[in-house]
Amino acid sequence: MTVATAPVLTTGDAGTPSRRRPLGLVKYLGLTPFAAYVLIFLAIPTTLAVLTGFVTEDGQFTWDNVLGLFQPNVLAAFGASFWVSAITAVIGAVIGALVCYAMLGTRAEGALRTMVNSASSVLAQFGGVMLAFAFIATIGVQGLVTTILKNQFGVDIFANGLWFYQVPGLLLPYVYFQVPLMVITFMPALEGLKPQWAEANATLGGTRLIYWRRIAIPVLAPSFLGSLLLLFANAFSSYATAAALISQGSQIVPLQIRGALVSETVLGRENMAGALALGMIVVMVVVMTGYSALQTRASRWQR
Amino acid sequence: MSNATRIGTEPSKTARWIILVIVGLVFAIPIISMIEFTFRVGPAGGYTVDHWTALFDPANARNYRDLFQSIGNSFILAAVTVAIVLVVLLPTMILVHLQFPRLRRVLEFICIVPITVPAIVLVVGLAPVYSVVVKVFGGSIWTLAFAYGITVLPYAYRSIQANLDAVPVVTLSEAARSLGAGWLSVLGRVLLPNLRRGVLAAAFISVAVVLGEFTIASLLNRRNLQTALLQVSQSDPWVAVILALLSLLFAFVLLLLIGRLGSLGRGKETTP
Repeated sequence: MTVATAPVLTTGDAGTPSRRRPLGLVKYLGLTPFAAYVLIFLAIPTTLAVLTGFVTEDGQFTWDNVLGLFQPNVLAAFGASFWVSAITAVIGAVIGALVCYAMLGTRAEGALRTMVNSASSVLAQFGGVMLAFAFIATIGVQGLVTTILKNQFGVDIFANGLWFYQVPGLLLPYVYFQVPLMVITFMPALEGLKPQWAEANATLGGTRLIYWRRIAIPVLAPSFLGSLLLLFANAFSSYATAAALISQGSQIVPLQIRGALVSETVLGRENMAGALALGMIVVMVVVMTGYSALQTRASRWQR
Repeated sequence: MSNATRIGTEPSKTARWIILVIVGLVFAIPIISMIEFTFRVGPAGGYTVDHWTALFDPANARNYRDLFQSIGNSFILAAVTVAIVLVVLLPTMILVHLQFPRLRRVLEFICIVPITVPAIVLVVGLAPVYSVVVKVFGGSIWTLAFAYGITVLPYAYRSIQANLDAVPVVTLSEAARSLGAGWLSVLGRVLLPNLRRGVLAAAFISVAVVLGEFTIASLLNRRNLQTALLQVSQSDPWVAVILALLSLLFAFVLLLLIGRLGSLGRGKETTP
């Protein structure tokens, strides 16, 4: 019941039963449970996480933690996080877009689409401990693929050291959840391509190449770049897979936060977690702002 | 060659199946490797079904007691999280949709924030919040669901909002009100039946997310399915991998159901 479209109910003369009147103050009260919940479990934790970066153990203001972000090992962690996220986002976006393209022209309610969508939703959520298990079983030291490559083809993938339990080992598992996420986020954009555009192109004598180069790709570009940024953010903030694979050291930012939180007995380290959280939020806000700007631009073609 | 293929909007049948089969096969390899691993006798060589039978053997129930308890914890957390979605998020979304159209963008923004503030950041600030929560509600496992309610916010919001946008909620509730229905019957007998699909999808995706959650539980030192899996994998990797496979299958069935729900509804609805 919107006030504007139901003027009868807004007059509120004394004869109207009270339950039929717009509930006035009461309807604002209806917003309080959610507001309070979000305040306590989202706003306050986020604020606390950032603020603790600016105080010492005994509550004095300090720049030390934030300046600590510029220590070589922390900068290296941000760099490693950046590269892992960027590489897996690009690979995931390209393969994911290919899968979306392959599904064009199939029925949206059909069995194929439902299967691929459900599988994508599961695998996009798959990031975490179980994903680490899957890849240990695949390309771990005794993994299926490792063993087959060694015994059948004489290729030792660990000839140059145990890269699997280091940052490069994150690449394959991360791609594994990036591709499905791309399928979920990019499919609506591809479906937004109107058949009429292709028909118009064909009528005017355009080839397939011209259709893709001059029509489809320019229309899809904002969605593609937006999804790319979302994938980047997804990898950048992912913790569980890395935590399960890399038990020693803090090579990427989320693992730095773990290190800072777990070793809180070491003087001053706990508040370092706050500074690291601040650094992550800054990156995430920049990336997600870009994402939503690109989404707005992309939505022009999806009416 | 179909018309759409010839003018370039769709891939040819061959191209479609080449892409889907190759990607599908590559993505099947880790799953197949997990399955193969669960049948190995030791880390290398030989096959057995012992690891599967051992898990379901009552004689071993004692060994796996902690593990089963953690699975129970995860299901409790999933239930409480769904309850939070139904009791806190859903009424607010309906209220905003009907009474505060201007707040829709604000609500959307709030519900998307958890993507920008990932769990690993949130957990830094959740630690002090939970020291208060534990004082108020005690230290039982279900309190963790307060944090999970935030984690699932973007997913639950998207599912419910898609349904809200597809159903003429305002018209329906005005029609019901003009026929003399009170707010409770508008909600219970008109709106909820129409929103069933979105609400169910929100509940399912919330369950899937909660069952896979590791970050917050691990760093707040709580025990759920994922933290238990990691711990068990040190001593009995086979059980850990078997359970990972089973929960993957469970999540797949849940999400397949969401997909079915979506297509069932689409078939029935007439276009406006």
